[in-house]
Amino acid sequence: MNKILLIIQREYLTRVRKKSFIVMTLVGPLLMAAMILLPVYLSEVASGKMSKVAVLDETGWFFEKFKDQDKIEFYYVQGDLATEKSKALVQGDLLLYVPLPELNIPVNAELFASSQPGLNVRAYIKSVMKNIVETKRLMAKGIDPEVIKETKTKINLVTIKVDETGEEQKSNTEVEIGMAYLAGFMIYFFIFMFGAQVMKGVAEEKSNRIVEVIISSVRPFQLMMGKIIGVALVGLTQFMLWVILTFVFIGVFQSGIMGGDFGTVVQSQQEQMATASGGASGMDAAAFSQVGEVLGGINFKVMIFSFLFYFLGGYLLYSSLFAAIGSAVDQEADTQQFMLPVSLPLIFAVVSSSVVIQQPDSAFSIWLSMIPFTSPIIMMMRIPFGVPYWQIGMSFGLLVLGFVFTTWFAAKIYRVGILMYGKKVSYGELWKWLRYRE
Amino acid sequence: MRATEITKTYANHKALDRVTLEVPEKSIFGLLGPNGAGKTTLIRIINMITRPDTGEVFIDGHPLTREDIGNIGYMPEERGIYKKMKVGEQAIYLARLKGLSRADAMKKLKFWFDRLEIGSWWNRKVEELSKGMQQKVQFIVTILHEPKLLIFDEPFSGFDPINVNILKDEIRYLNEQGATIIFSTHNMASVEEICDHITLIDNSRNVLSGEIHAIKDQFKTHTFNLTYKSEKKLSELLNETQYRITKQQKLRENYSADIQLLNGSTTNNLLTKLLPEVEVIAMQEILPSLNDIFIEVVNKNSYSHE
Repeated sequence: MNKILLIIQREYLTRVRKKSFIVMTLVGPLLMAAMILLPVYLSEVASGKMSKVAVLDETGWFFEKFKDQDKIEFYYVQGDLATEKSKALVQGDLLLYVPLPELNIPVNAELFASSQPGLNVRAYIKSVMKNIVETKRLMAKGIDPEVIKETKTKINLVTIKVDETGEEQKSNTEVEIGMAYLAGFMIYFFIFMFGAQVMKGVAEEKSNRIVEVIISSVRPFQLMMGKIIGVALVGLTQFMLWVILTFVFIGVFQSGIMGGDFGTVVQSQQEQMATASGGASGMDAAAFSQVGEVLGGINFKVMIFSFLFYFLGGYLLYSSLFAAIGSAVDQEADTQQFMLPVSLPLIFAVVSSSVVIQQPDSAFSIWLSMIPFTSPIIMMMRIPFGVPYWQIGMSFGLLVLGFVFTTWFAAKIYRVGILMYGKKVSYGELWKWLRYRE
Repeated sequence: MRATEITKTYANHKALDRVTLEVPEKSIFGLLGPNGAGKTTLIRIINMITRPDTGEVFIDGHPLTREDIGNIGYMPEERGIYKKMKVGEQAIYLARLKGLSRADAMKKLKFWFDRLEIGSWWNRKVEELSKGMQQKVQFIVTILHEPKLLIFDEPFSGFDPINVNILKDEIRYLNEQGATIIFSTHNMASVEEICDHITLIDNSRNVLSGEIHAIKDQFKTHTFNLTYKSEKKLSELLNETQYRITKQQKLRENYSADIQLLNGSTTNNLLTKLLPEVEVIAMQEILPSLNDIFIEVVNKNSYSHE
């Protein structure tokens, strides 16, 4: 037992101290933080400038219709286009020119600027013009715009999820889909990344002949489990650091670099995003609180606990198989032929993910979330939509049985393979190894 | 240690064919043979890394068990250490796997690192060291837990002559401390002076086995090297049926000749013949080197195969 601890310690320390680990641990959260912060920052920069717009309106339709906005001011001018244009541009202002149209309806306008005008300016001008033109057209057809407004209907569909105890919870599919994909892909990514590390490590020990030196003091099973557990701890460490560092980076950016009011911008951005995704075009704050309610509807305790469980379980299941592959080949390059059948279920799970997310409670989804080879990914995708506890429990149990089985299976191949050289390994050969007696 | 009737067959060739050998306790034993003769396979069997098809290995009179393996120090031909790890860390790790406590390991490592003057490598990565340097580290790691049986597979392959001598001295020292030592090598000259017993494996068979002086006696050709001064030719003085001159050359002032004694003649007979005519300066027996014996046996062996 003591020796397994030694092996775990070595595997853990040598990996954690590697440059690649440190770089990954820092770069991951930086990317995450950047992904969250960059859009906010960019729109802040773009809309940060005060724009003054001179309006030269030959139609007279839009006089006094453009109202001063947060970052846009309007003033109205009359006269010749060329002189007004140069006057405005010299002052660093923009000039909006609405020419007299041939068909009496002004649908074309020109915006002159010395530098690229912000999106917010263009969007505001367009929306005001569109509104006015539409209203005038309706009136020309004898329709009161008020009537149209009254007949406009907004459908607010709120899904209410009822759990076993009869408690009701508002639910929102978009947020859950996001969570489902994120959780499923993270598990997939972690299993592959750290499973491959186990395989590489085993293959290295074999080609180094270090096994021959160690095997006199350690049993093959100890060596294999030590490596698997050591790498698992590395994975958990990396995950924890990612979560913590992502928050730290976001915090640092918000408070330090961008100044105090940035936080509110982020918040309003989040509100806008929430509005867009929630499909509710009403009040921002209301929509935001709605998202909050939905997030509350996902059982985070279950979510986090299952994530850790499926991460560990799925990893144990696959990494022992990866270890067996590493032990069976002479060189890392030979692993390809065995990689495919082992990774097939994982790839299948990812490919099925869209089907599962559309119908999380279909028989197909339930089956995949029970089979240990796919359950870590599929069940994580189902959980945000709510899964009965008995199903989670059963899936847990099956996963434990699954990795006990694969570990047993892998250990049998490992103990023969790790000491075998110069043999081209086929599936028939592996079958023979399985039946060797100690 | 004794191995009896070991046979090991790989898919299409026999690596070992009923090999029996005995390594006396506290001896320095040379396991010799050309490349591919089966030496490494035999060593792997002794280490329980591979299992023999038939035959058994005994240690101290009882069949080999897992516990015995802990008392064996094995240094594979090359590698056998983690390339990416630092030297000191790695040595401590391997020592602790062998059951030493951390403090014990440190103490012994310090002793050996000082003794081989490699203390300054402690914090360097193994991959930065040359092959010979790596092998020194490997050597220390192998002997650190003071095993009763030490097995070295081609231990001198990466070393320059100076380090070969250092290593030989250390091995003698370990032998004096009570360890039994097995060498495996195809380089006869390197083990000639250090081994007291040898076994020669060729073509998967044990072709020659025994105490080194006995073997040399068995293969000696009764040839003597004579350094002398003389006006006359030796061939005129010596009877051809009793003495054969195999080599003759002129040194600066003297002559040298290799003379093989035939048909029971002795050195005294030879001297009696020569003394009246020749001034004898030196005479000494030419013993066959292990290399000569090796080549002779291997050649004879391959003739008998044809």
